[in-house]
Amino acid sequence: MRYSAWTVFRQGLGGQRGWKPAWRSPDPKPDYEVIIIGGGGHGLATAYYLAKTYGIRRVAVLEKGWIGGGNSGRNTTAIRSNYYYRASARMYEHSLKLYEGLSKELNYNVMFSQRGMISLAHSPHDVELAHRQAGAMRLNGVDADFLSPGEIARRVPILDMSPEARFPVFGGLLQKRAGTARHDAVVWGYARAADALGVDIIQNCEVTGFRRGADGAVIGVETSRGPIAATRIGVAVAGHSSRLAEMAGFRLPITSYALQAFVSEPLKPVLDTVILSPATGVYMSQSDKGGLVIGGGLDLYPSYAQRGNMPVIRNVLGAVAAQYPSLGRVRLLRQWAGIVDVVPDSSPIIGASPVPGLFLDCGWGTGGFKAIPVGGTMLAHQLATLTPHELAEPFSLERFTTGALIDEAAGSGIAH
Amino acid sequence: MSQPFRLAAGGLIDRGRPLSFRFEGRDYRGYAGDTLASALLANGVRLVGRSFKYHRPRGILGFGPEESNALMQLGTGARAAPNLRATEIRLHDGLEAKAVNCWPNVRFDVGGVNNLLSRFLAAGFYYKTFMWPHWHVYEGVIRRAAGLGKAPKAADPDRYENRFAHCDVLVVGSGPAGLAAARAAAGTGQRVILAEQDHVLGGRLRWDGGEIDGLAADRWADEAIAALGAMPNVRILPNTAVTGYFDHDALAMIEAVSGDDPAAPAQLPRYRQWQVRAGRVVLAAGAIERPLVFPGNDRPGVMLASAVRHYLARYGVRAGNRAVIFTNNDEAYRTAIAFHAAGGTVAAVVDTRADVDPAVAASVETLGIRLLRGASVVATRGAKALRDVAVRRADGGTLRLACDLLAMSGGSNPNVGLFSQSGGRLAFDEQLTAFRPAQSVQNERSVGAAAGLRTLDEALASGHAAGAGDGAAPRATDAHPAAEITACWRIDAPGKAFVDMQNDVSADDIGLAARESYRSVEHLKRYTTLGMASDQGKTSNVNALAIMAGLTGQGIAETGTTRFRFPFVPVALGAFAGRAHGELLRPLRRLALHDRHVALGAIMEDYGWLRPSAYPRAGETRFEAEQREARAVRDGVGIFDGSPLGKIEVRGPDAARLLDFIYASTMSTLKVGKVRYGLMLNELGVVIDDGVCARLGEDHFLVGASSAGADRIAAWLEEWLQCEFVDHDVLVAPVTTSWSVVTLTGPHARDLLAEAGASFPLGPEAFPHMSFQEGMVAGIEARVMRVSYTGETSYEINVPTGRTAELWDVLMRLGGRYGLTPIGIDAWNLLRLEKGYLHIGADTDGTTTPLNIGWDHVLRRKGDFVGKRSLMLALHRDPARLQFVGLRAEGTEPLPIGAHLVRGKGADRASDGFVTSSAYSPVFGRGVALALVHGGTGRIGETVALEHDGRRLTATIAQPTLYDPEGARLNG
Repeated sequence: MRYSAWTVFRQGLGGQRGWKPAWRSPDPKPDYEVIIIGGGGHGLATAYYLAKTYGIRRVAVLEKGWIGGGNSGRNTTAIRSNYYYRASARMYEHSLKLYEGLSKELNYNVMFSQRGMISLAHSPHDVELAHRQAGAMRLNGVDADFLSPGEIARRVPILDMSPEARFPVFGGLLQKRAGTARHDAVVWGYARAADALGVDIIQNCEVTGFRRGADGAVIGVETSRGPIAATRIGVAVAGHSSRLAEMAGFRLPITSYALQAFVSEPLKPVLDTVILSPATGVYMSQSDKGGLVIGGGLDLYPSYAQRGNMPVIRNVLGAVAAQYPSLGRVRLLRQWAGIVDVVPDSSPIIGASPVPGLFLDCGWGTGGFKAIPVGGTMLAHQLATLTPHELAEPFSLERFTTGALIDEAAGSGIAH
Repeated sequence: MSQPFRLAAGGLIDRGRPLSFRFEGRDYRGYAGDTLASALLANGVRLVGRSFKYHRPRGILGFGPEESNALMQLGTGARAAPNLRATEIRLHDGLEAKAVNCWPNVRFDVGGVNNLLSRFLAAGFYYKTFMWPHWHVYEGVIRRAAGLGKAPKAADPDRYENRFAHCDVLVVGSGPAGLAAARAAAGTGQRVILAEQDHVLGGRLRWDGGEIDGLAADRWADEAIAALGAMPNVRILPNTAVTGYFDHDALAMIEAVSGDDPAAPAQLPRYRQWQVRAGRVVLAAGAIERPLVFPGNDRPGVMLASAVRHYLARYGVRAGNRAVIFTNNDEAYRTAIAFHAAGGTVAAVVDTRADVDPAVAASVETLGIRLLRGASVVATRGAKALRDVAVRRADGGTLRLACDLLAMSGGSNPNVGLFSQSGGRLAFDEQLTAFRPAQSVQNERSVGAAAGLRTLDEALASGHAAGAGDGAAPRATDAHPAAEITACWRIDAPGKAFVDMQNDVSADDIGLAARESYRSVEHLKRYTTLGMASDQGKTSNVNALAIMAGLTGQGIAETGTTRFRFPFVPVALGAFAGRAHGELLRPLRRLALHDRHVALGAIMEDYGWLRPSAYPRAGETRFEAEQREARAVRDGVGIFDGSPLGKIEVRGPDAARLLDFIYASTMSTLKVGKVRYGLMLNELGVVIDDGVCARLGEDHFLVGASSAGADRIAAWLEEWLQCEFVDHDVLVAPVTTSWSVVTLTGPHARDLLAEAGASFPLGPEAFPHMSFQEGMVAGIEARVMRVSYTGETSYEINVPTGRTAELWDVLMRLGGRYGLTPIGIDAWNLLRLEKGYLHIGADTDGTTTPLNIGWDHVLRRKGDFVGKRSLMLALHRDPARLQFVGLRAEGTEPLPIGAHLVRGKGADRASDGFVTSSAYSPVFGRGVALALVHGGTGRIGETVALEHDGRRLTATIAQPTLYDPEGARLNG
């Protein structure tokens, strides 16, 4: 059924009785043309584009828990394409453009709110770097504006702009078209749209192993709900990618860490943009519900536990109180963590794995949410055509052999 | 002013200390010891808040952190605090509070129109609309309507603290189980911390009756607390909520110290955040009562039955005159009895169970209270306060009961939040109709009601056992028997029955979520926002998932709970900062010569250390100062404070072997007394630092790192040593802060140093460039290196940090005749730029290899070193790689740093490199610049186009080394 103001009105009159399931809960079939492991944003988007763009509808998305329960539902919802290297910029810009039309595409309001993102410059050296970054962005066809301290003070009145501030503000780099979206809605929107095209979304179905043919190629998976056959399998499981790779008998250059995120109690609007302070690593936005959504650094020990510890909590939230002095009395409501798949160059790994028939979409680290539409596009292309998507070519696993790394953090000094 | 609902006697309040306060513009009185909630109830204020979505009128529901309705904007101006719960606000004189999220006031709230439209605003409606023409059209209005309280506009003037503690046993909660545990543990001499979120210790002992070891429960609590208070090994913390349970039995607690009371002593912090590492933890956090889910259960005047008892006993406040008790369990009968005893009228006890234990039934019926078995409340009425309720009897008939209070009880949930945070697994207990701890992961034990135990005696016994003390546990000698309960998750009747009061999630919303496939508890939570309000679902989660279980046909255990998250109660962000504000956010590092630089008028800036950028004289701009300082070095002599330079001593028989591997240059061939420049790479071949290395002895090196790299490189050496070269006999000692560096540079540097007095020869033969001397300078032990970053004769004089000022003063006094000039970072950078020296971090980034900066010869080096393998990759040797070159701008204006060289046209336009360093050179009378340019070394002389912030420029690629190419001045 189509969602619109009219159906909301009609169902309101009818006591909300007539809404249909957003997706079915089918039992797994014995075989599919394509299996996607991981019912997060990337996996569901892959299924959607497989069905929509390539007409491949015998697709199963296998999710060990509930869809969107991994990093798709644990991130700080920022979407941006302010990247330095052309390969990254083209990919993330493609994603941002898909986000711009996503609510209508999926007929599901993902609330993409382009209120901009500002990366602060805290020293004259930061200003130079920001200019270099802005120049690269413009050459990459991405919008970039350098903001003076006065403009930043006007846009972010809660920020301590005094010269005595521990990290004074010398300017900032704005990407106007950046913003945030409702993360769960992205997952649900893709799930609903994929389901409508015939994709089977199978929750509570954990993959426990791969079935291999005589030639070593995958021919299916073992799951907690029995074996399922397919000769093309996509893996989109973020922090658990290395565990799946282990099941398939190869290793990935991935370390999994917990990244914590925080939300405050709901407040009347105080912040109208996404803002990042590279000096403290803290980024923050305010959700439509009113909570300040805050992120910071990793808990720097490898972990699969979706939780973090106090040193990082104090570092991040203490910095918020110090850099935004009027927020000291605002209270933290909730903390959580996601397991991020960090690659040495902090860029994703897209495309073929060492095992024939098995394809990867991983390594997004702390930045996978903004890439959901493009991640799905690229993995769907790979699964459908067995060739890499043009945008994905620089991001193959091969680059760790050739050395052609795409290290944004190192290149631009701006956090990923 | 009267407090019509205050009893004549009773309660742990100080009736001798009346307090005035203001709520929603009206003045009221209460007593010391009150919370804002108890004082409002005493004054008969029923309507205290509005809900988030529908702006429905709401009253006080509970008495602690579970409160979902009474959210306050406390205070005004910089000290305003949003979203505090009235049940947790200690009353003080002059307190001012307003309900959050209503306009113009809580009694008449324009947002109430949402309630009229609520049939259209079901859970998740916003995902289905607001898409045309696009979300931005609607978002602004929705943002303004959302949110609860208002953050202050001015900086928070209050203080916060962080404290750390260790203990053998941390006891969470001071009810019967907690006190028994603390006494048992403390009695054996263990160090105990007892944390209680309430300002009064004793928990349920203060309001729920019973007799322990022959004493009334609250007398026993007094004695236990007094005994604990007298023991040196016990720390008792009231007003302290334990908020988090992290790895390795590390817990976080938040202590409300000043209570936002302006009369509190000024030195008291507002909050003190504790981090406790406990040997073991006793979780005695009690239980929280559940509401019943029936139509109209959110009307002001509908409260938790336990809360009604609590206000009676703790504050001498009777929350109404005429009450109906609505329950599915025995425990709420105690509320009927207490309310009756306090002079209130109990209109009826409405029990959903057809079978009630005869003794329990008799306990109210003998008081003349009507008991309706197998009955349910199916509706309530009253615009802004409860007027009556409709009861459906067992026989199907309905009757109306007039009342101004409905005390409800749907059973209790053990407080398992901390247990769950610790990683422990929960189990659903059918008899208890609740989740309780089942399997521990860390060293903690749940006791009393938090463990799902139902009687006072069990609580005391479990607490005592967990405390692992000697002797017998205290015994409850007269207490209530275990309360029986029959699950009742939802009353089937038409109308809005709320599950999450604050976020306005009704039982029908759960049905809608189930129909639309949002059936996992996490989907339910996220789709409906259930349990995401500021109470974190303390009263709503279990009801909700049980209702969902009923709809899906799954068991409650299989349905499961959502994750319990830190913090158990919300914590002010200021408390996380503690004292780490302003300069202490990341403590600034000051040089030994800081005061001297300031006295000389230096502009001090943060470069990891607070350092002089320039020393402008009166009337001089920063640029003019930079130019003057640089000229002084070329013409006379400059003095530069280089103390932050990294200094790492590497010593031992394998020192040279280690350094050969760490540096891209060979250090083992260095002669004693000589100095060599080197690059350090990481495994990817990327330059991570540069600096000079001096050989002090056969087995003794002094590794110089950049200022920014000082700590990083010391850690890097240690990592290699500890992880890879465990067989190497080497010690690494970072001595950066032990030695300060004063550098003399310029044609008169040697003359000045000689005049200051050096115990070693200074001539260019005895002490040439790139060599080292140890001895005395101006009577101070010193390590002196002849290395130069300016292109002039330079002496880096290292002296013990405690004697830096002495050396500086001598040199400054003697330097006058040579025109000695203090040099800031600006001039320092300009000088090295004129010379064409690169600056790691400015001219390089995290991708720059030696092959980008003209160090191709490292490829020919024999032996292995960190990063060598990566440099062999074809990609790094690509002729089109970025290469380090100079740039010469047209005219005299310096190029902007960060400007890109641009190649291609239209959509093919791309960066061809970028300016890394640039300044106006007084020596050359024009701008000089360094850049990384694709294939740059093969393009010397080529004219290139640049862009910067919309400006277009042209420049010519040149060799980087510009000043004194023969090195005559350097070596002189």
